[in-house]
Amino acid sequence: MTKTDLMVKELVDKYGNKRESLLPILQGVYDLEHFVSDEAMVSIARNLDLSSADVYGKSTFYSFLDTIPRGKFVIRVCKTIVCDMHDKNQIVDTLENILKIKVGETTLNRKFSLLYTNCLGWCHKGPAMLVNDDVYTDLTPESIREIITDYKNRE
Amino acid sequence: MQERLKRLDVILGIHPESPYQVMEKALKRAPKDIISDLIDSGLKGRGGAGFLTGLKWKFAAAAEGDEKFVVCNADEGEPGTFKDREILTIVPKKVLAGMGICAYVIGAKKGYIYLRGEYKYLVPHLEREIAEFHKNCFKLELDFNVEVFLGSGAYVCGEETALLNSMEGFRGEPRNKPPFPTNNGYLGKPTVVNNVETLVSAQVVSRIGVEEFKKLGIQDSHGSKLFSVSGDTPRPGIYDLEFGLSLEEFVREFGDGDTKAVQVGGASGFCVPRKKFQSTTIGFPGGLTGDSLPTGGSMMIFNSSRSMYNVLRNYLDFFEEESCGQCTPCRIGCQQLKVGIEAVKRGDKDPEYLQQLLKLTDTMKITAKCGLGQSVANSFSSIVDNFREEMIY
Repeated sequence: MTKTDLMVKELVDKYGNKRESLLPILQGVYDLEHFVSDEAMVSIARNLDLSSADVYGKSTFYSFLDTIPRGKFVIRVCKTIVCDMHDKNQIVDTLENILKIKVGETTLNRKFSLLYTNCLGWCHKGPAMLVNDDVYTDLTPESIREIITDYKNRE
Repeated sequence: MQERLKRLDVILGIHPESPYQVMEKALKRAPKDIISDLIDSGLKGRGGAGFLTGLKWKFAAAAEGDEKFVVCNADEGEPGTFKDREILTIVPKKVLAGMGICAYVIGAKKGYIYLRGEYKYLVPHLEREIAEFHKNCFKLELDFNVEVFLGSGAYVCGEETALLNSMEGFRGEPRNKPPFPTNNGYLGKPTVVNNVETLVSAQVVSRIGVEEFKKLGIQDSHGSKLFSVSGDTPRPGIYDLEFGLSLEEFVREFGDGDTKAVQVGGASGFCVPRKKFQSTTIGFPGGLTGDSLPTGGSMMIFNSSRSMYNVLRNYLDFFEEESCGQCTPCRIGCQQLKVGIEAVKRGDKDPEYLQQLLKLTDTMKITAKCGLGQSVANSFSSIVDNFREEMIY
């Protein structure tokens, strides 16, 4: 059994091999590997008795399930109207400067990916962003520097 | 602050009777009495579509099925809406009590909270609350089990049938209606899908009774409503207000003195310009709390420094990305609207081209499969009609 097969098997054991388990399993893979690989999709398809195209269709439907490799910490900056009005661009510029990547890219050490996302539901405290599952609001260039420094020190 | 607007604490407040005591009281009544109370109360869904909650429960209760489900729709994705997150954070017991009452009424043994992926950080908090809820169910001999189901960043999954598809492991694409979820929902079984705030309001009806509930609000819009206020305002946040307030009153309270427009109901709602504040009332009769998508209470305020072209372009960008792509009017329509206004702005197309685009939104309104594609017309036509010069120059 490959490493991927083992990972998928553990998730299938946890959530069950019914079709309804597909999204939780894909989310589980994403949490562990920071993307859903072709290999993982094929393995899930086999376990759930679905076609791999079907699993691919599901994975690519959701903006939080990337099928290309992402960094360990995925930064998603809200670009919807209220955050946009509250200087989202300044936040993105600061992030691009600190991380030395553009939106859509991943740092060479695979630690950070920088992405846009749609409304995060923090319009009253914008600009806002997610780093993996953690929410950061009322962002300023200064607070961004602190947050990123903190993540840089994490393993 | 002056009390120009009637402030309530019906939804987020603490009351002498705890939510689980309210549930206990409800469980002693006949399901049909709870349903008729809900119908009499006139409670309408707080997600935005505004369907009578009592009727939904009645259909699901009457539906044949060995298994039934209660689903709490916490896939709050409408731009400018954040009240469901606040409800789940502050008063999760009220939501769970509402789900418990619904389960008792329709005969469901299993419930789900479909939580948007953006709120994943809430899962441990909700799971602790659910564990406590289960203990209460056990005490009250209610055989009902609730689980959190996490979304993964798709706005369209807030549409109830797309949500069910997502839970079943399919792409989150809306289904044809009918059949409605009350007959043919999760796994083909009768299912009630209610917005977070709707479940709280259903619990409120049980707590204060039909008469008291009907005293809140106006005409066909009973009860209170949480409003998510954001944009150019000195007081962004969540407010529990009564239905029936005029936009004029609202702006006087929440505006920054320079308010040019208010977007009511999020990107899928309507943009109201200053000259119409006086004549616009918030509530279902005006159809202004969002049309058919799961939103309700999103109030985004724009002052005169904002370009309404940028606002509209931002919305179209949002819709283009969030369209599930299943039906052509929405998939192609959203793209073409965006390309279209950009071309007009650049001067590549004559201003008259805006009329063509308005016709396209009319077509989308009639032909798109779900609320997403149908409601793009709301913001598009209300912005283009009221701020035409900003689209051109």
